[in-house]
Amino acid sequence: MTAAIVADDVSRTYELDGVSVPALRGVSLTVEAGDYVAIVGTSGSGKSTLMHLLGGLDRPTGGTLLIGGRDVSKLTPDEMAELRNTTIGFVFQSFHLLARTTAQDNVGLPLVYRGIGRRERRERAAAMLGRVGLAHRVTHRPNQMSGGEQQRVAIARALVTGPSVLLADEPTGNLDSATGQSVLALLESLNADGVAVVLVTHDRDVAARAHRQIVMKDGLISAAG
Amino acid sequence: MRLAEAWRVALEALRANRLRSMLTMLGVIIGVAAVVALVAIGTGTKQQIENQVEGLGSNLLLVVPGRIEAGSAPTSSPLTLDDIDAINRVVGDRTRVAVTIASGETVRAGSRTRFASMQGVLETTPTVFVRNLDRGTYLTRTDVSTGRRVAVLGAGTARDLFGDRDPIGRQITIGGVRFRVIGVFEPLGQSLGVDRDGEVHVPVTAAQRLLGTERIDGIAIRAPDRERIGELSDAVVATLAERHPDTDFSAVTQEQILGVLGDILGVLTGVLAAIAGISLLVGGVGVSNIMLVSVRERTKEIGLRKAVGARPRDIGVQFLLEAVLLTTTGGILGMALGAGTALLVDGLSPVPAALTWWSMTLAFGVSAAVGIVFGVVPAQRAGRLDPVVALRTE
Repeated sequence: MTAAIVADDVSRTYELDGVSVPALRGVSLTVEAGDYVAIVGTSGSGKSTLMHLLGGLDRPTGGTLLIGGRDVSKLTPDEMAELRNTTIGFVFQSFHLLARTTAQDNVGLPLVYRGIGRRERRERAAAMLGRVGLAHRVTHRPNQMSGGEQQRVAIARALVTGPSVLLADEPTGNLDSATGQSVLALLESLNADGVAVVLVTHDRDVAARAHRQIVMKDGLISAAG
Repeated sequence: MRLAEAWRVALEALRANRLRSMLTMLGVIIGVAAVVALVAIGTGTKQQIENQVEGLGSNLLLVVPGRIEAGSAPTSSPLTLDDIDAINRVVGDRTRVAVTIASGETVRAGSRTRFASMQGVLETTPTVFVRNLDRGTYLTRTDVSTGRRVAVLGAGTARDLFGDRDPIGRQITIGGVRFRVIGVFEPLGQSLGVDRDGEVHVPVTAAQRLLGTERIDGIAIRAPDRERIGELSDAVVATLAERHPDTDFSAVTQEQILGVLGDILGVLTGVLAAIAGISLLVGGVGVSNIMLVSVRERTKEIGLRKAVGARPRDIGVQFLLEAVLLTTTGGILGMALGAGTALLVDGLSPVPAALTWWSMTLAFGVSAAVGIVFGVVPAQRAGRLDPVVALRTE
């Protein structure tokens, strides 16, 4: 199996008012298919920048980054969008669900950009909600659900396109610890089914559950294992 | 599929901000309504005037001294009844030739007076211009040749002087001279706010004596057929030019009058539409403004959509549709409002209004175009948003 994501000496420098600010200074990392990696580090360590790059939301200013075997420096914005749609699933700390939109339609959103019709979207979304344990919440709106339920909806949305990598940015950050545990357990069960999971967190206990940890500091990997 | 979703999202966004959407639309509604209503009034006026000119008949030829063109001063008429004899010979049928000498005079009947347009005419007037009598009889050839003091009243003049009484056989005075009423015209109604029934027809000879002059102001000829009207016009002008070498004469046909009037009223309608169009443009600026606000408000949503695979184009189209939906909904409501206003004006005021499909279609099309034009900038801005920055926005 080819690696899901390969980063080779990847750097990312921001230009702020004419001053170059390096956020990543040469990071090499491989996410294998079915991997379970935690990226840890304090804020400002570059872990969020790294996650944006791994998810195809941003492009490196140096080095080579392959996502799903494709070199992101050679992709057009439309191809990047397609890559995010097909290969990556995002889970955010603050869920990022569309208000006034049912759980089912939130989950079906990525399928819209694949040109799939409404009926099929709803069927697939309902099935995916069943898989994350929310079969009874299909037509509920985000404000009618608890934080843990909302994050499960977000995970279902990330999974609905059948991605090879799930990128989770502080997925338990806005949840109490019991709910957080159950969300992690869900991610792990998905990982067991073969989806690679990359978890960005500053919580050592959360990170400890991953198969391996990558510690970021000052834009570099300071420890990997 | 993507487009259907974009429509749904756009509709939902407008519904979520009902008041704001309504207020934004109001600019477009007023603009479109103004275009539709003003064009309807312009068109209605044009149609009314054209109908009146057409009512004269297409074979009518009007001959006046002087040149008919912008900036030429009115010429005092050298024409007399002797010229009419010459023209009668050219035309070959004296019933086809009418003359007029007009003067505003005070007309009195008993204690009632009114100001009326006195027209000195030949007995041929009702055949040359199509005019029907409501009652009584018109002037006869003998009345004209003897200068008999008899008068035929316009419907308005008759009403003002006699009310409900029958004017036939009664005495009136015109400019202090006594006349006997022998007939009353059918009413013509108003045109551009001018009462067309405020006239008094008397024999041209009697009018000339009253005014102390030999002149006549103009000649009207009903040509036997339409094809020969140009030929006839040339012959008449040549005859008059020979008899009055110092004066220019102009002959105009109904078609030429229609052409000139059409041009003038077309320009007028165009100016009205342009003024209304400006308010439509201002409405468009309002749409643009609100769309920029909408993009800013929904930055996070844009970031999320991009993260799950929306292309810049998908986001752009979504916001463009929202703008177009705003302006076309406004356009439809504006069309209804404008049409309603035009119908009200037509029904309740003397100003005529005629709805035209082209103005409705144009106004609607322009409102859709306004949505596209003024939606493009906000849509592009939304489409180009950096997903990383957008997701981080609170």
